[in-house]
Amino acid sequence: MVGIVSYGAYIPKWRLSLETVSKRLRGEKAVAGKDEDSLTMAVAAAIDCLGEISPNNVDGVFFASTTSPFKEKSVSATIAAVLDLRRDILTADFANSLKAGTTALKAASDMVKAGSARQVLVVAADCRLAAPGSGFEQTFGDGAAAFLVGGENVVATMEDCYSVSDEIYDVWRRDVDSYVQSWEERFVYTRGYLQVVRETALGLMKKAGVNPNDLTKAVFYAPDTRRAMGLAKGLGLDPKTQLQDPLIGTVGSTGAAHSLMLFVAALEDAKPGDRFLLASYGNGSDVFLFQAGENVENLKGKRRGVKVHLQSKRMVPDYVTYLKWRELVKMPEPRVPMAVSYPSAVAIWRERNRIYPLHGVKCKTCGTVQYPPQRVCVKCRTKDNFEEVRLCNRRGKLFSFSFDFLRGVPIGLVNLDGGGRIFCELTDVEVKELEADMPVELSFRRLYLWRSDGIYGYFWKAIPVRA
Amino acid sequence: MPGVKDKVAIIGMGCTKFDEHWDKDIKDLVVEACYEAFEDAGVESKDIQAAWWSSVMGGYLGRSLAYPLKLDFIPITRVENRCAGGHDAFINACYAVACGAYDIVLVCGAEKLKDVGLAIPGVIDPLEPYTSRVKPSFPPPAAYAQLAVRYFHHYGISIEEGKKALAKIAVKNHYNGSLNPKAQFQRKITLEDALNAPMIAYPLGLYDCCGITDGAAAAIIVHADLAKNYRDDYVLVKGVGMSCGWYQAELLDDWSLTYIEENVRASKEAYAEAGIENPRKDLDLAVVHDCFTITELVIYEDFGFSPRGKAKEDVDAGTFELKGELPVNTDGGLKCFGHPIGASGLRMIYEVYKQLQGKAGQRQVEIRSQKGLTHTLGGTPVDSNTSAIAILGLRGA
Repeated sequence: MVGIVSYGAYIPKWRLSLETVSKRLRGEKAVAGKDEDSLTMAVAAAIDCLGEISPNNVDGVFFASTTSPFKEKSVSATIAAVLDLRRDILTADFANSLKAGTTALKAASDMVKAGSARQVLVVAADCRLAAPGSGFEQTFGDGAAAFLVGGENVVATMEDCYSVSDEIYDVWRRDVDSYVQSWEERFVYTRGYLQVVRETALGLMKKAGVNPNDLTKAVFYAPDTRRAMGLAKGLGLDPKTQLQDPLIGTVGSTGAAHSLMLFVAALEDAKPGDRFLLASYGNGSDVFLFQAGENVENLKGKRRGVKVHLQSKRMVPDYVTYLKWRELVKMPEPRVPMAVSYPSAVAIWRERNRIYPLHGVKCKTCGTVQYPPQRVCVKCRTKDNFEEVRLCNRRGKLFSFSFDFLRGVPIGLVNLDGGGRIFCELTDVEVKELEADMPVELSFRRLYLWRSDGIYGYFWKAIPVRA
Repeated sequence: MPGVKDKVAIIGMGCTKFDEHWDKDIKDLVVEACYEAFEDAGVESKDIQAAWWSSVMGGYLGRSLAYPLKLDFIPITRVENRCAGGHDAFINACYAVACGAYDIVLVCGAEKLKDVGLAIPGVIDPLEPYTSRVKPSFPPPAAYAQLAVRYFHHYGISIEEGKKALAKIAVKNHYNGSLNPKAQFQRKITLEDALNAPMIAYPLGLYDCCGITDGAAAAIIVHADLAKNYRDDYVLVKGVGMSCGWYQAELLDDWSLTYIEENVRASKEAYAEAGIENPRKDLDLAVVHDCFTITELVIYEDFGFSPRGKAKEDVDAGTFELKGELPVNTDGGLKCFGHPIGASGLRMIYEVYKQLQGKAGQRQVEIRSQKGLTHTLGGTPVDSNTSAIAILGLRGA
């Protein structure tokens, strides 16, 4: 039976206290750091999901988001490159709808059912921009979820699914808009969210022959907690016991990733036999019926998922910092040092193996691991006798560090476990918290380039171990 | 014997005040430094047979030197080796004279950093200028700060103790600079000033860093056989050394980052040529590359002035102060002169030249062994450097 082989999630370390937005507000939301976007969060969730599983059987990667950093360039291909997946796979980006994540999940499960793929990785991430001071700003959060869909060794079986398509201007963003727009609130909820998700959920329950009492938890995309509870109640569910916590007030509504992140949280607490109704929303709805199997116990403690990431947090110092990170305040143009060159697309392409999966080389003569890859061994001077080694999944110790005062970021040398040293930026940490030899791990992030030439640079940075 | 020892003599030198020269361009600085050198040597620009030009950002072609001076269609070679460029140009000029290719040549280094705002050449990778840009670019303080972090950690020195040792170096260099009318900063500072200064790149504070400055310096070099035709107190080149690293600190996970191997190699080469066995006794002074106070501390050990891990003790004992056993950076160093990159090496040579001639005024050191060392260091300790040294001496040395 087709189902979930593995799951993973990512929540940025940063939380914005809503009190910093307005004194009358309570709670907090997860916000991407200044070097994070939907691509980097998707990569983190995908790494969490794949864990120790061999990448060789993954025949496809789907990325789903309404906030891809690119209008034209595939993020799923980047994810595949970071994960060292085979080249002969199908990659696709699902976009433009809040239900893109579940639609990708449906497409992946259909591929596995049809036998055209053994396993497909579905990754959803969103980082939606709300106008400062708007209601959306209070509820939108940033995060990512990933599922490995397959036909063997599943932790939860996809028992059934049902979709509805719906043409409506309820919540939208044109190609020229920075912020998400919406029509009048009552219309959005009564004729948008409540109506279409209810219609789809009822359709599935009828098709699958399940009653509200059969469900352990309903996992609903939620614009806010109250509407999700209202939806649950209308379907005959007990909102207090049968509704998966929508994480509004802690993480926020994470767009195309939201229902999938909540499903990760549900599976983290699931017992074999538990049944889940998973529902998304966005110009229609996709609803799934899942049942947890015996294997659901095997993944517990092996994924950071929602639980670990939720606990590992730090507060954004103030609202202005948040506005700067999202480029919502106009800052003076930085004085660019004159001796700075542009990134070269040719060099990025040539170095793709050393950039995305962080491949170093190991000398076959003396065993020395070195990064970046060399032609002549740094230790024994043997020429061209190396094997590539994947380094991005290694932890390490911070060998030395300092602070780049021009860009306001810490930098350092990291000695990787198993050999090798890398010079990189540090992030999600302040220089005063750093100590020589402290444990660190690597995280894939967007680079700040003095001169971009239209390119977003991505590379690995070191962070204090997040567990 | 191959090499340059006693084959090459400096007969004239010039050096502008190092400063924020808002009202001068690089051509003005070149004219000032070179005409002081011409006058000091008693020669004219038309006497110069070849020239070497050291500048990172002040003109990429040899004509950058010919243009302001109107040199007579002579060969001019531009040398760029970052902070070691001044020494590199000087050493190459020495080779050309030593081998007899030319009788009299000019070496000039100049830089006009204050015209370009944040002129930080360190942010471009000199090895690979056109890259994916994934390796972090970083300003030099952030690189040398990592040397400090690791040095202190390695020797069990707390950040507080370590910063105090570095502060003493800054106080010493500022004292020396206060005696030098050509220094940019001619103000004494206290230990408290240094310790309480704003942090630039943890753990390095404001007074641990040299400034971004404009300046030029020049030397006129002749074959030693001809030197007495120009003056009696000419200064001979006793030995040179140079060493380039290969990104060892970034590539080798067991590289300790507590010393600079390039300094060790370059000094060994120069000591061998100059016949120096115990640098602490055989040198009257040293003007070294104190781009940051931690660099000077580590240089004490790299050059054999102090045993490994013991530089702090020598700093505490005042060994390198103006009246100490081996005065270092008698002119105020990069700390007080700032660092117009391509000019600094020649500025250092200028100081030792004047000291050996007994013309250093209030900061004159005692001339016994009649030898002095000059040194620049280009690159960073977190990947690799170019270290270059010239040891100068008087006729009998």
